[in-house]
Amino acid sequence: MIGEVDPTIVNLTIFVLAVFVGYHVVWNVTPALHTPLMSVTNAISSIILVGAMLAAGSTEADWGAWLGAAAVILASINVFGGFLVTQRMLEMFKKKDKKGKA
Amino acid sequence: MSVNFIALAYLVAAVFFILSLKGLSSPLSARRGNLLGMLGMAIAVSTTLTITGNWGLILGCIAIGAIIGSIIAQRIQMTAMPELIAFMHSLVGLAAVFIAITAVNNPASFDLPEILPTGNKLELFLGTFIGAMTWSGSVIAFLKLSGRMSGAPIIFGGQHMINLLLAIVMIGFGLWFFFSEATNWTAFSAMTAIAFLLGFLIIIPIGGADMPVVISMLNSYSGWAAAGIGFSLGNPMLIIAGSLVGSSGAILSYIMCKAMNRPFLSVILGGFGSDGGSQSVDDGTQKSYRSGSADDAAFLMGNADSVIIIPGYGLAVARAQHAVKELAQALHKKGINVRFAIHPVAGRMPGHMNVLLAEAEIPYEMVQEMDEINSDFPNTDVVLVLGANDVVNPAANVQGSPIYGMPILEAYKARTVMVVKRSMAVGYAGLDNDLFYMDKTMMVFGDAKKVVEDMVKAL
Repeated sequence: MIGEVDPTIVNLTIFVLAVFVGYHVVWNVTPALHTPLMSVTNAISSIILVGAMLAAGSTEADWGAWLGAAAVILASINVFGGFLVTQRMLEMFKKKDKKGKA
Repeated sequence: MSVNFIALAYLVAAVFFILSLKGLSSPLSARRGNLLGMLGMAIAVSTTLTITGNWGLILGCIAIGAIIGSIIAQRIQMTAMPELIAFMHSLVGLAAVFIAITAVNNPASFDLPEILPTGNKLELFLGTFIGAMTWSGSVIAFLKLSGRMSGAPIIFGGQHMINLLLAIVMIGFGLWFFFSEATNWTAFSAMTAIAFLLGFLIIIPIGGADMPVVISMLNSYSGWAAAGIGFSLGNPMLIIAGSLVGSSGAILSYIMCKAMNRPFLSVILGGFGSDGGSQSVDDGTQKSYRSGSADDAAFLMGNADSVIIIPGYGLAVARAQHAVKELAQALHKKGINVRFAIHPVAGRMPGHMNVLLAEAEIPYEMVQEMDEINSDFPNTDVVLVLGANDVVNPAANVQGSPIYGMPILEAYKARTVMVVKRSMAVGYAGLDNDLFYMDKTMMVFGDAKKVVEDMVKAL
């Protein structure tokens, strides 16, 4: 059956299920970590890097590939910036934890 | 590498992303969560590398991005987190637009048919316009948050009509783009240009203290933009990650709106808290208030059994978080029960205060959310309000007040209230705060950081 289904419908199925997963997972995030949540979701949304790589990796090296390359730079700033700044923030929460126990 | 293998690798990466968000349910598991997120990204990127050419170009660009990103992440001040987040949203939006343009220009590079089917065009349209609005909206949010542009709302007549008209025209060009046989660049460019313009126009009327909603909304947009691009490229990885982010941002926007008791639509339409409204609340009678010095305040706190500190945006502006930590320590040494009460919309983004207090190494056991601590105010000797205003305004309990129904920190129930503030100026909502005129309230005027440092000395 699945072979005959329009790929858009399959994608829509994935989309709807993923929204539900996101909804339930995010409600469990503690309010104290809402800022790290924003920075980590920001890093995750730079998954768009995958699309940028496909654009830049085009064998026809026309201006499209250069635009793709620009998108790769933008998205990777976000990947590294997002995950690293999240890590930095979470380290701060960790330091507190040690002191709290001591 | 086989297509199936790639799809499976993407699935693994998606699961890591979900686990990474799940980790944030507690500060203890959060760091592991973040590492899982990095791992997911590494898997997604390296898998994608196996199916693209131009490795030199791609890896070079990633390296440039990595250097810029890492430097920013290392150097950024914690007080500047809101503008960093806005800046990063803008990058995702712009990247989405670039990718969509490439896909329209050369569908073959994404294994799409040479003549784009209508379905793909619809998805490209969605991805492009959400991406473009994310970019320009985030740029405005960034300028407002970093103080490069006034945080006051910019309002002009017929604003909403103009936005609506522009949106209709944009959709019109979108329809022209779908139904054109060949690639219709005119329609595509016009549509993209209008989307950029709309992004600007939608954010300019929204004022500074509504930024927690705006920034969460843009967070959500950046996710939907990624998902939209995922649809057009038929890439489930982008769809899953995009929708996780999209729903996360949407939930945060909802939480922020609820914490201000304002409908989402009213926040987005903007215009709230215009500077002009601030004088109109003056009812003619000069109300009297008591003011004291930092030394007086320190004396009162030193003799208390319990102190609750309520930080607000003023703390972030004055970068007083380290001074506050010393104050908390000094009080703690005297055996005083010190806690921090955080309102959900304190600061300029969700969780902003928590991060600042964490940076100052204040143990998170001492930091409590509104619902946890509100019932304790009547038994508290001293409440110290640091640069917060509307979130402690008892007018929220008065019917007919513009902030009626907004959940507040019930500081007015404490035995003594001390408010550190620059002046008697009204808060963002343009409202006078009755808390300041209560008999048990003492105002301490000055810069939050300096006042707190003086208090520490006096203790």
